[in-house]
Amino acid sequence: MANIKIPIGPQHPALKEPESFSITLNGETIISMDMRLGYNHRGIEKACEERTYIQAMYLVERVCGICSHSHSTCFIQAVEEIAGLAVPPRALYIRTIVSELERMHSHLLWLGVAGHEIGFDTLLMYSWRDREVVMDTLAALTGNRVNYGINTFGGVRRDISKEQLDGLLKTMDVLEERTKYYIEVASQEMTLIKRLSGVGYLSHEDAVKLGAVGPTGRASNVDADVRRDDPYLAYKDIEFKVITDTHNDVFGRTLVRVGELMQSYSMIRQLVAKIPEGPVTVKAPRKMPAGEALSRYEAPRGEDVHYVKANGTDKAERVKIRAPTLANLQSVAKMMENNRLADVPIIIAAIDPCFSCTDRMVQIKHADHGRQETLSWQALHAQSLEWYRKQGVDFADLNAKMSRRMKI
Amino acid sequence: MINANKAKKELAEKFGLDTERISVPRARRVFLEVPYAQFRQVLEHVVNGLKFRHLCTITGLDEGESLAFIYHVAHADGTVISLETRVPKAAPVLQTITDIFPDGVSYERELVDLLGARVEGLPAGNRYPLPEGWPDGQYPLRKDWKVGMLDGVK
Repeated sequence: MANIKIPIGPQHPALKEPESFSITLNGETIISMDMRLGYNHRGIEKACEERTYIQAMYLVERVCGICSHSHSTCFIQAVEEIAGLAVPPRALYIRTIVSELERMHSHLLWLGVAGHEIGFDTLLMYSWRDREVVMDTLAALTGNRVNYGINTFGGVRRDISKEQLDGLLKTMDVLEERTKYYIEVASQEMTLIKRLSGVGYLSHEDAVKLGAVGPTGRASNVDADVRRDDPYLAYKDIEFKVITDTHNDVFGRTLVRVGELMQSYSMIRQLVAKIPEGPVTVKAPRKMPAGEALSRYEAPRGEDVHYVKANGTDKAERVKIRAPTLANLQSVAKMMENNRLADVPIIIAAIDPCFSCTDRMVQIKHADHGRQETLSWQALHAQSLEWYRKQGVDFADLNAKMSRRMKI
Repeated sequence: MINANKAKKELAEKFGLDTERISVPRARRVFLEVPYAQFRQVLEHVVNGLKFRHLCTITGLDEGESLAFIYHVAHADGTVISLETRVPKAAPVLQTITDIFPDGVSYERELVDLLGARVEGLPAGNRYPLPEGWPDGQYPLRKDWKVGMLDGVK
């Protein structure tokens, strides 16, 4: 059979930016994938050179809608290192608390999206309801659900009260209870195991060679986590396990993320127990001395890297940002190989949770005679569910079963 | 600071580098600068000899007369070597490092699009991150580039 090329996108917000994937198929099997990126390049690095540090900080927080605190903290750490600012420990703890809450919000969101892509919509409804608990907590602590604006050079803009810290512990109890059940579902339900196992395979060797970061790398047994390896904020003061897995597929990526949720709850408890008293900010200069710094941060999706060069003025000479998704893109192409068209939605979803299903088209161009057809993302999604139903992997029972179990 | 200082010492001795040009500003960070003629040799030693196996990213800078490139390479223990080199802006030619780091392809394409570097040996593929039809010779991260330069460009 002749190979067929299917373009997906660029109105395809599966990852941070709209992207265009061109997938070459033989029958239903993916031979290779080609990518075109940059549709949403906003020129933030250039814009940072034309703004003062404090303006740039707010801009950088908007690099990503979900990892906003990740980017803002990664940037601010670099600038504080250049300025030699001694950030008060209480401020570091508060930043760490927000950082772990952000990871919970991101992972719970991802779990729901992954559930939806495989037809397990009850999981989407429940995990997103739990995610609301995290969003409400973030709003209570920082004043906002996303783009928290908690950071400022030299510390944080709001303190956390004793009552809020106590409330955090109660929230952790609720979330932990729920997550335990998700772990049970993810690791024991045959329907889920059969649907996700072997899908989007990325061997350990390829993950290392292609520089996979975050849960994507850790699910291929890449034992790396910036929080442990290159500690920042308050991570050196608390104990946690770096969750790795050897399944090397979407199933493994699910186990790593639910495992990381449990670690985050434990981290919040330790942070609440250990948070020191004291001021939450020191005065920062408006002009930063000349110098350079490289800052790394474990965002929910993996290693975030910021390089800042200062020239002694109130504006940066250069700000370089490398978000985790860019580091994972070469791995994505590899994961697609030898999978089926029906697995495209979940493989893409397994990389990143920014998945709004609007304005999405799949255009099928028959390579042999040039005839064109279009498939909407919904149709591709439906095709994926139907294909697996025929293989005997159907989530109808599991949806009903979980709805019964989780009624509270 | 064991690994950072050890890396500094070893690189200085092996390549006869001026220790003034290698800085260890804090734990787990090494910044060093090498002439481009020596760059590949030093990078290979950092990766294969010192086992810095993860490419964090490549930063490109416009310095007026020259373009500087910083290759940030990390060790599993958290140490990062930032290896800086520069080429004249009039002939900004680099050799690709995608044979060592296949994931460096996106970072090298950024240098091509945003700073106007020419990377020899870069695998064929789509440009990144600027759009098709972006005017030739306009490199947004160069210091003399202003948004107004796009006015009137079709």
